[in-house]
Amino acid sequence: MAIEVRVPTILRSYTGGAKVVEGAGDSLTALIDDLDAKHNGLKGRLITPEGNLHRFVNIYVNDEDVRFLGALDAKLNDGDSITILPAVAGGALGFAAAAALLGV
Amino acid sequence: MARFESLLDACGGTPLVGLPRLSPVVPEGAPPVRLWAKLEDRNPTGSIKDRAALFMVREAEESGHLRPGDTILEPTSGNTGIALAMVAKLRGYRLVCVMPENVSAERTQMLRMYGAEIIFSPAAGGSNQAVATAKQIAAEHPDWKMLFQYGNPANARAHFETTGPELLHDLPTITHFVAGLGTTGTLMGTGRFLKEKVEGIQIVAAEPRYGELVYGLRNIDEGYVPELYDASVLDRRFSVGTRDAVLRTRQLVDVEGIFAGFSSGAILHAALAVAHEAVKAGKRADVAFVIADGGWKYLSTGAYGGTLNDAEEALDGQLWA
Repeated sequence: MAIEVRVPTILRSYTGGAKVVEGAGDSLTALIDDLDAKHNGLKGRLITPEGNLHRFVNIYVNDEDVRFLGALDAKLNDGDSITILPAVAGGALGFAAAAALLGV
Repeated sequence: MARFESLLDACGGTPLVGLPRLSPVVPEGAPPVRLWAKLEDRNPTGSIKDRAALFMVREAEESGHLRPGDTILEPTSGNTGIALAMVAKLRGYRLVCVMPENVSAERTQMLRMYGAEIIFSPAAGGSNQAVATAKQIAAEHPDWKMLFQYGNPANARAHFETTGPELLHDLPTITHFVAGLGTTGTLMGTGRFLKEKVEGIQIVAAEPRYGELVYGLRNIDEGYVPELYDASVLDRRFSVGTRDAVLRTRQLVDVEGIFAGFSSGAILHAALAVAHEAVKAGKRADVAFVIADGGWKYLSTGAYGGTLNDAEEALDGQLWA
């Protein structure tokens, strides 16, 4: 048994192009450490130097946002399904255009 | 009230209807768990966005940001544009929408019908290209006004002042409120109001999970979280994929006769999840959720019929919510 992790396009350079990878760990922190050991550098894209989840990264455990499940301390079980997504909140292009217009 | 001075005055006051057939069955003697749908498709242009559009324009008029004859520029993937186009027409403004080209044909037709002009940003080609397009527009037209729904407090205030009070009035026993997460205005405004008034209420977000094309940013740092978003208002946040959204959208019309857009299916999916948890825990629950718009604008996708696989494929790469 293992935990299935769905990797977004922009992070697949770390997984040799794989969309789905497997990992292990009883918490999100442990899982990310395990993934980083197999896919060197991945952790640095998910976690800030201060040790928090990156602001523009969303991670879901069985379709639920981990920030509401204890964030990096969220408990995981074998068979859980993890999805990593960049934060675009429904339409990156519109938002990017908006940000540009505001000079953000 | 059934008589109004103008269409703008008929915004809000939407019906809340029970879903007796989709609500989960509870064991005999257990407290009831009920689902309630707030029919926001009954607004003047057919979506929940009428509330935000009206409040944003009014606020901009009162603050002097908008003056008669001004041009409004707004990035929108559809419903806000349609709502703003109607409000702009009735209040005497010109509207230019910047939108991704991968939205349904009905949305662009409706925008043009209401008198809006559209500038498309490319669906493929990445956000850098969209940024370049937008910068160019802004540079060429420094006098155009943006209401910017993602960061405009009047968007959330519309729901604090109308959607929230309507729900509390119609369902004083409410235990959960479930809505879609886009600009976050609905959840922030309604959520804040209900948290002030109803002890222990759970505010639940349903976030659409699109096909991969939509997430094709070059870099994590190019992500975006709307300025209105305040995570402390939410208790849970679900990511709902295209397949679940389509399945629930079909159930809404099959089982309860409610013909809704796909974002409402995604919201129902999250509402059912919390309803079933309440049944398991043996707790009473009155779960109110939002029907954000009707299904009319999405018929051309073909996703209301055929197999779920076909529907999923048809919606891949589209902004269906």
